[in-house]
Amino acid sequence: MNTINPWALGVFVFFFAATIVVGSSIQWIRGLFHAKRDTNSHEEWSLGGREFGPWVTWFLVGGDFYTAYTVIAVPALVYAAGAYGFFALPYTIIVYPFIFLVMPKLWKLARAGGHATAADIVKARFNSRALEVVIALTGLVAVMPYIALQLIGIRTVVQALGLPGDLPLIIAFISLAAYTWLGGLHAPALTAFIKDIMIYIAVLVAVTVIPLHTGGYSALFATAAHADTVLKTGQGLPYATLALSSALAAFLYPHTLTGILASRSADTIKQNAVFLPAYTIVLGLIAMLGFMAHAAGINTTNTSMVVPLLFQSVFPAWFAGFCLAAIAVGALVPAAVMAIGAANLVTNNLLPAQANPVRASRITAFIVKIGALICVLFLNAQFAIDFQLLGGVFILQTFPALILGLLRVRFSAAAMLTGWAVGTVFGVGMCWMDGLKPIHPINLGLFSGNISTGLLSLVINIAMVALVSVMAPAKQDIPAKTTA
Amino acid sequence: MTGFSVMKYLNFLLALPFLGLLWTPLYNRHDPVLWGFPFFYWYQFAWVPVTSVLIWIVWKKGQST
Repeated sequence: MNTINPWALGVFVFFFAATIVVGSSIQWIRGLFHAKRDTNSHEEWSLGGREFGPWVTWFLVGGDFYTAYTVIAVPALVYAAGAYGFFALPYTIIVYPFIFLVMPKLWKLARAGGHATAADIVKARFNSRALEVVIALTGLVAVMPYIALQLIGIRTVVQALGLPGDLPLIIAFISLAAYTWLGGLHAPALTAFIKDIMIYIAVLVAVTVIPLHTGGYSALFATAAHADTVLKTGQGLPYATLALSSALAAFLYPHTLTGILASRSADTIKQNAVFLPAYTIVLGLIAMLGFMAHAAGINTTNTSMVVPLLFQSVFPAWFAGFCLAAIAVGALVPAAVMAIGAANLVTNNLLPAQANPVRASRITAFIVKIGALICVLFLNAQFAIDFQLLGGVFILQTFPALILGLLRVRFSAAAMLTGWAVGTVFGVGMCWMDGLKPIHPINLGLFSGNISTGLLSLVINIAMVALVSVMAPAKQDIPAKTTA
Repeated sequence: MTGFSVMKYLNFLLALPFLGLLWTPLYNRHDPVLWGFPFFYWYQFAWVPVTSVLIWIVWKKGQST
């Protein structure tokens, strides 16, 4: 392991600790100014009072969407697999038309019925406690590998700073736990500003300075010999299907939905669909770091280390420390929103009627993080990005109930439950057999190739929903909003 | 009523990014190179502002009807 540079470590600790302290004390600071309001109420802790305007929503949704996935996992895949790793770019473009069309409808439903989670919405639509529990459990499980990816992000930068052994993972876990426990949703909403500014500085400097070191962008693609600059034969299909399945999954997660439901109005969401793609440019440039690492002569088998190693080899120690802090904060903020989103599922849907919902949410958020830690320790995925795609396989099974449930066509709860069960069993089974790889080979005579496992299991899910609906149609006399 | 049917057609604009980005044979090429970026990359980057503008059009038209 490399030796510890006091400048890099000092700058890192300063920025990382400052974010945690500011985020953790925000509830207390708000309490001073808003004396009338109960800042410890559950709606405050979990949805920020449902009052976030366009700007805060932009930072919050962008902040929990662009994570260690963006700064660690995507460049790592580009470094190892070349152009193929760029599927994150079409993914983070097509997700916005989807948000624009679907999420305002979902927001209106949630607002009208006072719903805070996906499971709330589904329960009201299908009037089924079983379906509610199933959707909530899926959200809870799906978010764990996603948080695991964030823990890997923090661990990686602490490792890069030269701290030995298990210490990086312990630091990652404790900082996340403390930050979420104390701050609630207001912590990430505020520190998302800090996070984004730090990330923007780090990335803009990186994408301008590093190519100067390596002879411009044209040289970048010329020297990236073993990283191919276009897709290889047979990569087109998995590229497109991974992009599509990721885009469909992105806003089904409890944490991304939290960001949407916490916004002030349906129009705020539409406006954000216009301006959020600004992040996508940054994501694409960060993905380029994978190529830059080759040009800068970075050679590692631990692909998650690519970006930290690149920063350390090109930048002076103090600025490398700053960039690593930006990555760590960029993992911390979304991980907190994820844990809170998952906690809301437990207090709203799995174990409702808590005497002290804030405490129950805090404890659940902690348990979810333990689950994430277990994912880091026991799931041996080849790439960090596979964790996110694994979560996607789970969460996509809630797509029919949540999104198709918005359609005027009526499906029965039984159809949704059957689709979910079959889709989940197939999806998890395929992932397991493929060794946690997110794509599955299929061969239908004329049509063969690798397809995103998430998308494949979603298709199976929807087919089952359609089949059951045809065999046993839903009763038409149930009004649209039975239990609002 | 006319405003409503215009809205219906406008929503089809939102399908364009899906078509343009998910049909990979359309852009899986090295040439032409722009500012050092192979076609594969700058084509996909170009879809970011294009998508923003498309959504903006549909959003604004939707507000005025």
